[in-house]
Amino acid sequence: MSTTGSISFAVPRSAPRRDPPAREAGVLLWLRKNLFSSVYNSALTLLALWALFVTIPDFVAWAFVDAVWQTDDPAACRAAAGACWAVVAEKHRVMLFGTFPYDEHWRAVAVIAVVIAMAIVSVFKRFWSYWLFVAWLGATGIVLLLLLGGLFGLTPTGTHQWGGLPLTLLMFVGTVVGGMPLAIMLALGRRSSLPAIKAICIGFIEIVRGVPLITVLFMASLMFPLFMPEGLTIDKFLRAQIGMILFFAAYAAEIVRGGLQAIPRGQYEAADAIGLGYWQKTGRIVLPQALRIVLPALMNDIIRAFKNTTFVSIIGLFDVLGATATALEDPLWVLYALEAYVFIFVLYFVFCYAMSKYSERVERDLSKGRNL
Amino acid sequence: MSLIEDGASGAGAPIVELRDVNKWYSDFHVLRDVTLTVGRGEKVVICGPSGSGKSTLIRCINRLEEHQEGEIFVDGVELVPDVRRIEAIRRQVGMVFQSFNLFPHLTVMDNLTLGPILVQGTPQEAAEAGAMELLERVKIPDQAWKYPGQLSGGQQQRVAIARALMLRPKVMLFDEPTSALDPEMISEVLEVMVELAQEGMTMICVTHEMGFARKVADLVVFMDEGEIVEAAPPEQFFADARNERTKLFLSQILH
Repeated sequence: MSTTGSISFAVPRSAPRRDPPAREAGVLLWLRKNLFSSVYNSALTLLALWALFVTIPDFVAWAFVDAVWQTDDPAACRAAAGACWAVVAEKHRVMLFGTFPYDEHWRAVAVIAVVIAMAIVSVFKRFWSYWLFVAWLGATGIVLLLLLGGLFGLTPTGTHQWGGLPLTLLMFVGTVVGGMPLAIMLALGRRSSLPAIKAICIGFIEIVRGVPLITVLFMASLMFPLFMPEGLTIDKFLRAQIGMILFFAAYAAEIVRGGLQAIPRGQYEAADAIGLGYWQKTGRIVLPQALRIVLPALMNDIIRAFKNTTFVSIIGLFDVLGATATALEDPLWVLYALEAYVFIFVLYFVFCYAMSKYSERVERDLSKGRNL
Repeated sequence: MSLIEDGASGAGAPIVELRDVNKWYSDFHVLRDVTLTVGRGEKVVICGPSGSGKSTLIRCINRLEEHQEGEIFVDGVELVPDVRRIEAIRRQVGMVFQSFNLFPHLTVMDNLTLGPILVQGTPQEAAEAGAMELLERVKIPDQAWKYPGQLSGGQQQRVAIARALMLRPKVMLFDEPTSALDPEMISEVLEVMVELAQEGMTMICVTHEMGFARKVADLVVFMDEGEIVEAAPPEQFFADARNERTKLFLSQILH
């Protein structure tokens, strides 16, 4: 309603569309904005520069300039001022393959190659199909054949001889592949309207979450055989694998449950309204959305599962870290444990960082073309 | 091709019947002795203030809510706590929600074909052909391969209507289908609903779009506090409401 005393007004106008004004750019501007925006910020920048100046040259000298890269004589290392990377060259077979028979190491290398190749193929969305699943089944068969031997003229090698990186990778893949379906069933069961199923799932999750992984592994390795009938033994690797799967599943189940809770009720109702049954609704509507929501948290747990494989050395399985510790028992090389562990550190970092990047990529692929 | 299977064949026979239906949310008596019969091919509009139980009422018809007393029949089959029977009835009843409830992780096409493929075992090609036909009817065939998040609200609701029609339902339930829409998108959705009504689909609509009620309804029902307060054909309902509560409500929504 207009009144005579009003001073509000607007100017109707047709203004052409144009580009936004150019932004200032340049190195100096960037430096001023990010590194020297205030006295406090400038002081921190200078402090950081000083810290780098003090440490970098020494590190470069130790790691590269004065390092010994290749020698089979530890004395050469003792004479040098830098790192003794030769320990890695000298001991890499034991570190990477543990107690696997020396002449059969090519099989271990093949196992690593198969697993890494499959992991790389699985990254790309265009390969996501039924056939990728079949390929993983085939790869599993090949890996087990290579590790167990006994067929096609391969020397039989029992699981007690497995070690190093193949053991780490196998234990990790087995944990995730076995643990994820169990985690999903536990998460669904925990929300079940059937009281018995709900109680079992809650009980399992709470008990397994309530004990350290080492305890679970000791249970699997020492106590579990006591409960088995006379004469029936289950392989130690398998027992550790089951322990790892149970532990992983209990944690992952709670992550999945978080995703299930984030799905709006309308999604369930819409699925009900078109007559989908429980498993159709769960498999096609609820889980795809829930798992997408929890992917970052789930990847966090998967990376942790990879690092948790190092715990199996406690019950006498030689994963990469355990095998490295064994390799360093050689008195001639024991002085250069640091270099060997730096190598292992880099190895773990490469694997974990790759998984982290993989997860980022999957997240991006899944959100393509959608704005939720 | 008609959207409905047998709209005219059983004309006269009721398709949905509610007899003395009562429902409580814990202690709260949300539906009180509700009795309502909907004839095949007829359109019923339910209105009433918020909290009057109108949404609860239509959600009882496909068992998204469970009633505690009384009887509900859909196409002659009583709704009882039997999963198989409920799933069978849900296939006869399409539902459109206020907040669309499309599946955001699936394309429009997959939203439409999921039901027929999983529930009826329709081959994918046949389901996709049927979906395209329906998308043309709701005037968005060019959006078939997009995700719901890329569509406007009006387009999403039209996809939701098409999805509900995919199983060739005998009854369509609309739960405030235009309440969540921006004003400029309401008419495109109502237009689709009017066309559907004119083709003879049985419809039960909870809505405050009184223009729509005047145009297509056979019966307008006014609910308040869980009771059916008044029910009359639209001409009579709008011109000559008897109950004071109805008159008050109408004066509030018809400015």
